[in-house]
Amino acid sequence: MSTAEMVDHDRRRFLTASATVVGGVGAAFVAVPFLASWAPSERARAAGAPVEVDISRLEPGARLVVEWRGRPIWVLNRTDTMMELLPEVVSDLRDPESNESQQPPYTQNSIRARESMPNIFVAIGVCTHLGCSPQYRPEIAPDDLGPNWKGGFFCACHGSRFDLAGRVFRGVPAPTNLVIPPYAFISDTRLLVGDDSEAA
Amino acid sequence: MAASPETPSRKDQLLEWFDARFPLIETWNYHMGKYYTPKNFNVWYAFGVLAAVVLVIQLVTGIWLTMSYKPSADEAFASVEHIMRDVHWGWLIRYMHSTGASAFFIVVYLHMFRAMLYGSYKKPRELIWIIGMLIFLVLMAEAFMGYVLPWGQMSYWGAQVIIGLFGAIPLIGEQLVVWIQGDFMISDATLNRFFALHVVALPLVLVMLVFLHIVALHHVGSNNPDGIEIKECKDKQGKPLDGIPFHPYFTVKDLTIIVVFLFFFSAVVFFAPEMGGLFLEHPNFEPANPMVTPDHIAPVWYFAPFYAILRAVTFDLLFIDAKLLGVIAMFGSIILLFLLPWLDRCPVKSIRYRGNTYKWALAAFVVAFAMLTFLGTQPSTPLYTFLAQVGMFVYFAFFLLMPWYTANEKTKPLPERVSRSWLFVPYSPRSSEGDK
Repeated sequence: MSTAEMVDHDRRRFLTASATVVGGVGAAFVAVPFLASWAPSERARAAGAPVEVDISRLEPGARLVVEWRGRPIWVLNRTDTMMELLPEVVSDLRDPESNESQQPPYTQNSIRARESMPNIFVAIGVCTHLGCSPQYRPEIAPDDLGPNWKGGFFCACHGSRFDLAGRVFRGVPAPTNLVIPPYAFISDTRLLVGDDSEAA
Repeated sequence: MAASPETPSRKDQLLEWFDARFPLIETWNYHMGKYYTPKNFNVWYAFGVLAAVVLVIQLVTGIWLTMSYKPSADEAFASVEHIMRDVHWGWLIRYMHSTGASAFFIVVYLHMFRAMLYGSYKKPRELIWIIGMLIFLVLMAEAFMGYVLPWGQMSYWGAQVIIGLFGAIPLIGEQLVVWIQGDFMISDATLNRFFALHVVALPLVLVMLVFLHIVALHHVGSNNPDGIEIKECKDKQGKPLDGIPFHPYFTVKDLTIIVVFLFFFSAVVFFAPEMGGLFLEHPNFEPANPMVTPDHIAPVWYFAPFYAILRAVTFDLLFIDAKLLGVIAMFGSIILLFLLPWLDRCPVKSIRYRGNTYKWALAAFVVAFAMLTFLGTQPSTPLYTFLAQVGMFVYFAFFLLMPWYTANEKTKPLPERVSRSWLFVPYSPRSSEGDK
């Protein structure tokens, strides 16, 4: 009997297959730390703490930008005229009821703000399309934005338009309204962005 | 040849010593000395070699740049200015690297267009094309990450837009973005990992893929402007009648072309390294500021055609919203290139013998590609968005309709031997048979 005839092929195939499977499982486990190491570090997670904003000197029509989790947060004190114009654009909006958009439940209303302070609009100033920061354009019907412009936010990157409640218009690349972060009023003049458990 | 066969010279002895331990002569002959290359190559066949030259420029200047660059959000921008002002010849090394990035894409786009002209992607060279497309993909990732490193405004916001693309993926998008960034925003962590990928991981992959690209090419042999196989006509020794050894014939020709290329390259490096904001964009001379988006975010020119396609999608389709659809269209426009060998059903390779349908289709594609490149660098206006949609339509129609318009093309009869190129002194391998 030659050596070739003595080879047990079934046994060899079984051993090769089982070694491959065990090795493959081992390789998959080894991949875990390498993939997990890309997630935000503990320090980055800890840095996402809430921010307190003093709004006592925020004039009607003025906008403040603060930083929270490295992103611009807009705090806009809307004038009463601005509030009256909000319902006029509803027919041109993609998601006027904010059903597909991200916001805390207490801001899912027609003004996208807390009922207690309706004029104060808080939003993450990042376009829901690809993350540019839109410009604040409160003026009515400026040349570059057309006669129907009633004030709002315009993203110069890709032309997305939002009204003064951060609601997106139809026919622009942004799919949803501007994201509203969790926020609460500690007092009449102090706003907390990033945490709503205290005063909600 | 040695002076006498009994006592080989010292040089031959040394060669023998090496050859007994490493396939030196065999490898040389396989890839250079006896690699038979079609004698009718024209200037389109220079861009492969030029891509290799640019790769070497990028590797060498890149290594030198890492010696002074600091991959940290606090120091990156200042360290690049330090290279530009304080490091001896740092400005030259950096401008060579930044110009090299654009030069890389110029030669690669022309190299790819050559393949489309002469059907170089067709059987038996499909794998060369696939490997080449992988090189193109890795090159785009490499260029994107490299552009983030100076940590200027365009670095930061460009990264924001490109990483944001992954956010369009349903369900896992948001977490994927955070995972890629390594933070809730683009930060120091993002910059650091991009540095690691740009200087270590991707260059390794790139060099490996280039090696495979050349191995596959030398296995099947080069295509030529006539699109016929020179291996089908061989002399008694089995050498292709229309082939000449790569060395010295093409090494000398390539060296000449490399010198000409370096004239142009140096002209840009010394006189127009920013190329009016095309190669180095003006907002990138301001440090990254996460609070302020530049008024107009434009990608570097080589990404512009794909970026224009991304922006052109402003409409929803069925249940897919415009954002996701734009991302799908952009990646789809690149994936279609991979499928080219199977989309093109015409058996004739070279445009010289192909029908008018393909010629017009290719011309329309070139116009659409150039228009998209321009539009991708411009701010979006209703007119430009419409033009980008037209360009996108032509781009996709070129590929998606190809199986039909190439199926029954009216082709011309193929020649048996390659046609003589005016670039070459007539060469007949028969007259050189006595050399052996």
